[in-house]
Amino acid sequence: METIYRYDGSFEGFLCCVFDSYVYHEYPARFQCEEEPSLFPVRQVGTDGAHAARVLASLEKISPYARELAVKGFLTCVPEREAVLYRFIRALYVQGRPLLRQLSHDAMLPLLKAVRHLEGEVHLLKGFVRFSDFGGMLAGEIRPKNRVLPLLQYHFCDRMYNEVFLLYDRTYREALVHRPGQWAIVPMEEFKMAAPSEEEAQYRRLWKRFYDTIEIKERHNPKLRRTHMPQRYWETMTEFQDEAYFHAGAEGLPQEHVPHIPLERP
Amino acid sequence: MDVMDKLTVLADAAKYDAACTSSGAQRGHRKGAIGNTSSSVAGCCHTFSGDGRCVTLLKVLMTNCCVFDCKYCVNRCSNDTRRAIFSPEELAELTIQFYRRNYIEGLFLSSGVLVSPDYTTERMIRCLDLLRNHHRFNGYIHAKAIPGTSPELVTRLGLLADRLSVNIELPSEKGLNTLAPNKSRKAIFRPMGLITNTLRENKEELVKYRHPPRFAPAGQSTQMIIGATPDSDRHILSLTQSLYDKYRLKRVFYSAYVPVVENTLLPAIDTKPPLLREHRLYQADWLLRFYGFRAEELLDEDTPNFNPLVDPKCSWALSHPEFFPVEVNTASREELLRIPGIGMISARRILSARRARKLEHEDLRKLGVVMKRAQYFITCKGKLLDGLKLQQDSILRSLAAAERASLPGAELEQLSLFDQAG
Repeated sequence: METIYRYDGSFEGFLCCVFDSYVYHEYPARFQCEEEPSLFPVRQVGTDGAHAARVLASLEKISPYARELAVKGFLTCVPEREAVLYRFIRALYVQGRPLLRQLSHDAMLPLLKAVRHLEGEVHLLKGFVRFSDFGGMLAGEIRPKNRVLPLLQYHFCDRMYNEVFLLYDRTYREALVHRPGQWAIVPMEEFKMAAPSEEEAQYRRLWKRFYDTIEIKERHNPKLRRTHMPQRYWETMTEFQDEAYFHAGAEGLPQEHVPHIPLERP
Repeated sequence: MDVMDKLTVLADAAKYDAACTSSGAQRGHRKGAIGNTSSSVAGCCHTFSGDGRCVTLLKVLMTNCCVFDCKYCVNRCSNDTRRAIFSPEELAELTIQFYRRNYIEGLFLSSGVLVSPDYTTERMIRCLDLLRNHHRFNGYIHAKAIPGTSPELVTRLGLLADRLSVNIELPSEKGLNTLAPNKSRKAIFRPMGLITNTLRENKEELVKYRHPPRFAPAGQSTQMIIGATPDSDRHILSLTQSLYDKYRLKRVFYSAYVPVVENTLLPAIDTKPPLLREHRLYQADWLLRFYGFRAEELLDEDTPNFNPLVDPKCSWALSHPEFFPVEVNTASREELLRIPGIGMISARRILSARRARKLEHEDLRKLGVVMKRAQYFITCKGKLLDGLKLQQDSILRSLAAAERASLPGAELEQLSLFDQAG
């Protein structure tokens, strides 16, 4: 009998689904976070910290790398993310550690690809994030595909150790908030950047000028640029904004292209 | 002149410098200081300019005033162009403000020769000293050592910067004599040798003392201009190899010559930059640094230049049929790395995956091997890929077609694929 597992959308909740599927000897057909009409029976899985911890410890015991894959896998944007993860964990319990070597295994490959996509996006965003200065406090926005903030935080909290800053994720509606020695990722439904001061606008103009000047026109190659820096990142980058963005008192970054992505947040 | 004008003039004058990397220095945050250096091995790109080149550092000249008269250079003293000079304070402030906004990873500081090499270097040192000790900047700094600078100043520069570089400019002494009359081969190699030695001594000090001052922790690099002189690829690649061997350089950069001035000694002003040639040299450079190839294996007297149709690794593979096919389930890492279509990452994955079970052709595709190239050169469990035709000229043709779409375009259109391959 096919059963749908419904949980609260958190990582702990998902681990409890794994736990319960072994308790009831079931292979969940699908995972849901919200109430949806369905033909199949639904099992409501409650989140129990002790159960989640046991599942996580069992992964850690097989290999710290297995645990890392599971944690990172949950941050990815792969379709049917829970099913991909569940299949991996299931195979891992059968085969144990040797599974982790079989990089082309059906239970491994989709997860590995998703995690590589996540890590690639994290790496790119280390460079592509742009901050603006508002009287000593820095603020920036991104719109990633994967949930990158939990991985990106280490980079920015180390680099900007002595700064007060906020980095807003438009996709998952959460923000990394940091002041020296203290930081957290907090849910935030909306964020709108304040208007820049004359000094901030001047630095935006200087950067734009530098960017335009550094190109060797004889080598112009827009295709190569898009290969290295996909166009979807341009939306929040200073050098690609309209003229108005470079003047004091300007509106924040354009908001229009924000698509609706279903929220799955702890 | 305000900062905007200066930035325009001095970034424009610096844009032909190829190096823009931030790799090799790993330094975490410090209390009260601004920034760190990238923890990733590959460095960190902050944007890509319209020509597709990575922008990592604020790449500017201290000044584009120059007493030298190198024929190929936009900044030569006989050229009628706008001149500007950054004051050390201005440049330091600009760097800090760009860095805080995450526009850049650090500063790449080069300069035209103002008054004398020593005078110029002292000015650069003033700026770096301000950055490091006044603003307490902890990010990446790449500084250019100017040929003819006294050794003490180069050492001081190295203690402030993460990476130093001396430009070789042109691949041969003859080219240097005709095109850069104020620079001699000796004047270039002396600071390069000095930096190499200081780096070695600094490494020894690291063993002996607890916290010795670090000299250029990200090592040294250089660059040369390709296509301004008639040197062959073979000459350039051997030179590159000796630089890696003898001077322990981290990187050698190539810069396709963009004609900026009319001069009878130089290629005509409407010459296109030799982008494909530059691309082939970079491919070969990677083979030297990571794949265990030697320059003399890739090019010899009979073939002094790279084949424009296929990359250097494919070219080597086609002329060494005795080495292939390689059995992926038993080959060593070194052997795997010599197969076209297998790179550092896929080789590592193969080594890991084949310990679990023997690999099939289908597995290789999943591991990220580029089968379009690799299929002609490998066996899995002793078997070639089904339905594969192995004839030397048809392989060349397919390999050339496989790469063609991703190559710098302009020059290829003039080549007829079948004339050469047939």
